[in-house]
Order: sequence, then structure tokens, then C-alpha cells
Amino acid sequence: MAGHSRAHVHHDAEITHVEFSAKAMQEIQTYISHYPEGKQKSAILPILHIAQTEYGWMSVAVMDKVAEILNIQPIEVYEVASFYTMFHMEKVGKYVIEVCRTGPCMICGAEEILAYLEQKTGSKLNQISADGRFTIKEVECLAACGGAPCAQVKLKTMNGAYKYYENLTPAVIDELIATEWV
Amino acid sequence: MGRKLLTEHINVEGIQSFEVYRKMGGYQAVEKALKTMSPDAVTEEVKKSGLRGRGGAGFPAGMKWGFLAKPEGVPRYLVCNADESEPGTFKDRYLMQHIPHALIEGMIVSSFALGAKSSYIYVRGEMLYVIQILEKAIEEAKNAGFLGKNILGTGYDLELYVHAGGGAYICGEETALLESLEGKRGNPRNKPPFPAVKGLYGCPTVVNNVETISAVTWIVNNGGEEYAKIGIGKSTGTKLISACGHLKRPGVYEIELGVSVEEFIYGDDYCRGIRDGHKLKAVIAGGSSVPILPANLILKTVNGENRLMSYESLADGGFATGTMLGSGGFIAMDETTCIVKNTLTLARFYHHESCGQCSPCREGTGWMARVLERIEHGKGNMHDIDLLVDVAKKIEGRTICPLGDAAAWPVAAAIRHFRHEFEWHILNPTEATQKGAVYQGELVMA
Repeated sequence: MAGHSRAHVHHDAEITHVEFSAKAMQEIQTYISHYPEGKQKSAILPILHIAQTEYGWMSVAVMDKVAEILNIQPIEVYEVASFYTMFHMEKVGKYVIEVCRTGPCMICGAEEILAYLEQKTGSKLNQISADGRFTIKEVECLAACGGAPCAQVKLKTMNGAYKYYENLTPAVIDELIATEWV
Repeated sequence: MGRKLLTEHINVEGIQSFEVYRKMGGYQAVEKALKTMSPDAVTEEVKKSGLRGRGGAGFPAGMKWGFLAKPEGVPRYLVCNADESEPGTFKDRYLMQHIPHALIEGMIVSSFALGAKSSYIYVRGEMLYVIQILEKAIEEAKNAGFLGKNILGTGYDLELYVHAGGGAYICGEETALLESLEGKRGNPRNKPPFPAVKGLYGCPTVVNNVETISAVTWIVNNGGEEYAKIGIGKSTGTKLISACGHLKRPGVYEIELGVSVEEFIYGDDYCRGIRDGHKLKAVIAGGSSVPILPANLILKTVNGENRLMSYESLADGGFATGTMLGSGGFIAMDETTCIVKNTLTLARFYHHESCGQCSPCREGTGWMARVLERIEHGKGNMHDIDLLVDVAKKIEGRTICPLGDAAAWPVAAAIRHFRHEFEWHILNPTEATQKGAVYQGELVMA
């Protein structure tokens, strides 16, 4: 199952009151308008992406707020957020670097890249680095196999979009982790 | 070098913009279809073209359109499957990123043919930057009067929306995609009813791949018969092949179906061969789900004929000695590739991506991954090989959706063609677990 291997440990005490920004609320309303009346639940994935851009991860309070906006039960949000791998069910570092581990990237050196990343950031897989800047994760195929090995990083400066890094080498990694985007 | 129908203008500067795309002849298909053709006439051209679904299954697109139920007073939907996630496949991302209006134009023409008034493009969430590109393209098309109310004064209304997924391979399966689009977990639906009868929100729906929909534009402009003249036999037209692995020049190539595999791997117009100093060992020709073939069988069929890049030629020999064109995700591996390890990463992928609904897939994919893990780490025993074959057989054909088959085939095929390599791993654990160690012996088919 897409979400089955992740521990569902919450640091919920840290987030109690959730209030999305005015810009986020406007985007959310636009997304809801894309679906027929009464089918507002369709907007859940786009809204979860917005929520994650604002709060960084899926705390219970954030998911409850999404349920409130969509007028659905909280469990309907929990089961969706935990199914899709892009939503972080635990707190993460400022930058999440997700390295592809599937066949085409593996045969082109993904394991060496991952080891190098861990060494350079001093962070173990799925853990936040001591300086709070990084969480390194393994992901499955990113549809960038022509540039294997590859990874993605989410950037607020690109309106929450993910930047793909392809043809990864230690030099590219050095540059990547030295950059301050926000 | 063959003809290019989808990517002819992809290197034109500024082709991402409406203005340049239009200048290069874009949106003529919308004008032609909406002003001079009936919806059924458009469908007829697609039927004549022989265009087959480019997502992987290769089902005739026109026939799929023909199945669409058209009850009075019920909305119909066209949903574009842009959830490209099959390992080895990155052609749709390339197309959408570089020439977004090709998909938008195809969506308008196809929606018109199917009678859809709202259509969705479901893009995998990781490609948020592609979503931003598509949203901009939609806005430009709308401002130019090609979307929205009363398009080009013809009375046809269409709204087009881009929808972000959340990271789940299974949502590439069309009914899982529809569940996801409805805001639920991506659990595939039991069929029948098929989406053509009961799809999005219970309404008749067609789900087509990005490349399929983009091809409709050329078909409308030039006619289905012209399209059918390109390619070979029932493999008509062109296909985007995303080539990766140990190639000199990996990337996305638009080929006329029927090019020989040898030409594709070694030809100057294509991948230019295997990286220096190495030689081809194996190929997964159509995305990770299709059977892996050793070099000799991918280049020539068992009867000694040259293998071609077409649905039929790649399938020649069935699964015993053949494979499938699938999505066009072409993964080439040289002699440094450990087949056991590669198979393990694929088995782990399917285990991770199984939605968990059907026990054979939920449990079986995990078993296969664990057994392969044990062999890879030098802890396997000789019974494990047949155990893998047995588990694969018990998944295949026993699940709601094709993910079960997709998980079973790569494991079964790796053992079918590389059994000696698995045996070597088990019999020589110390040697096999050394960093970079790869079986060097002869390949003998099981």
C-alpha cells in the first residue's frame, strides 16, 4: 500500500490553530470551482498540496482544516493523505530531497548518490538533519529516467512546485545542498 | 529518420507559447473539427487511423471512443491520463513540458468528438511545474477563444482543467485515476461497468493517455487514412519512445513504428549504442512491467527475424521469447547490471505501489520483494527461485486491475531468461554480495 511503510507518528502538539493564507484560500476556492456542484471532494489532492506548501506536513490539525473547508469527515482526509506518497505524515526538514531508487536510476548509480547525500547532510534516511534543513527520502520512479539518477526538491520560490535534478553527480549534490532558495 | 507528427516543432523557439504554436499551424485541427466536421466524423477518422492507446495497453482508441454511452441529459467526460509513473517512461512529461498546446489542442478536438463539456487532465503531482505550464497554456487558449463558452462561434462550450495527483503509480490505472479524481484513495474499480458506461461521477467517461490525445490533432488535420499509412501493419503512426539506462544518448524519440530495435539502439538518429566500452546485456522494452529480454532476443526473434519496434514484432514469441511495446519505456542494460538486483528494485516498486485491495497483489508483491531481497543479500536457497515463479503465477490474472500482472511479469521473465544468474547468487553468496559483483557466466535460457 502506498502509505503502509510509514510510521504515523504525529507531532501534533506543535500545530493547534490552522489558518491558511488569503492567497491559499483563494487558490482553494478556484480549485473547488473546477468540479461540479456537490463534488467538491474532488479538490482534495490540490488542496492538500496547498496545505503542505503552507505548513510543510500533514498534521491532524491541518487535515481537519481541509475537511472543514471541503465539508467532509476528517477520516476522508486522513485516508487520502496517508495513501498518496507525496504527503508527509511526519514533520520534515526545510528542504525534502527525494531520490529515486527504482530500476533505471539504480542501475545508473542511485545508491551512491543517496550515500553521498546522507554523508554530506549528516542526515539519515527519513530523518531531519541536525540543522533542520534537510530530510532525505527515497521515492519510486519520478518519470525522469533519461536523466538517471534523479531526485526532486520542493521549492516555495516556485510556488510550491518541485524542481527535478537529473544526471546527479557529487558536484550537483554539493551545489544543491549549498543553495538557499527561500 | 522517420516522420514526426507530435514533435515536429518541439525545438522551435517559444513553442511553449500560444502565439508561436499557432504560427506553426497550431489549432487548425480545432477550426477544422468544430467548423466543418460532426463529432461522429472526428471519431470515424480516429477509428480509420488505427491509433492505439499509447499508455501501455495498446487498445484501439477509436474503438474505445465508440463504446462511450450517450444517454440523454447525462454529462460525458474526457479525462487525460497524464499520471506517467511506469518506470522507464518519461515521454508524456517531455511532450507536456515542451509543447503543451499539442495536448490542449488534442483535448479540445477529442472532447468535441465525445461531447464532453468539462474535461480534465490528471497530471502526476510530482510534475507540479508541468501543471503550471499547462495551466498557462489553457489560459492562453481561452483568451484566444479556443476554450470556454461558444468556441469560435460554433456554439460548442468546453472547460478544461488540470488536476494534480498525489504520488501513486496505481492512479495510472484508469478506474483508480477516476477514484482519485473524485477525491478518494486510488483503489481500482471492479469492471464492468467500464468507464465508457460508468466513469467519472458515475457518468460515461473516456480516459486516454497524453500521447494518444495529442495524436488526434494530426489525424484531424490529415485524415485517419493518412495516419494509417505510417507505421507497419496494425502498429500505425508514430510512437514516443523514452530511452534510458546505459545508452550513449538516452532521451525521448518519436519513431515511426516499424523501425528495427537494432537501428533504435545503435543508429545515429537514435540512441547511438551502449556507453563506451560496454555491451548490451538486456532490455526492458516497454516500461518496467513488460518482460525483460536478453540482448539476443531483443535484437532478433527466436526465428532469426529482425525485431522491430512495433506492437506485433515485440510480442512475437509470446512471453516465452517475446515482450511488449507497452508504454515505450525502453530500458537498456549493459553487462554491469545485476539482474537480481534490478528485479528486486522492480518488485519493491510494485509492492510499494500496490493499493492493497486484492490479497494476491498486496501479499504476493511483498513476498516476491522479500524473497528477492534475501537472494540479493546472499541468504537465498535454491527453492526460492521456484517459489518466486509460483508466487508470480498466483498473482497473475487474479486481481481487479493489471498491477498484479505488471508485478508478476518482470519477476517471472527475469527468472525465465536469467535463471543461471539467480542460481549463481544463491550458490556463491560471498562473491555475489561483493560491491558491484555481477554474474559473468553464460546465459542459458531456462
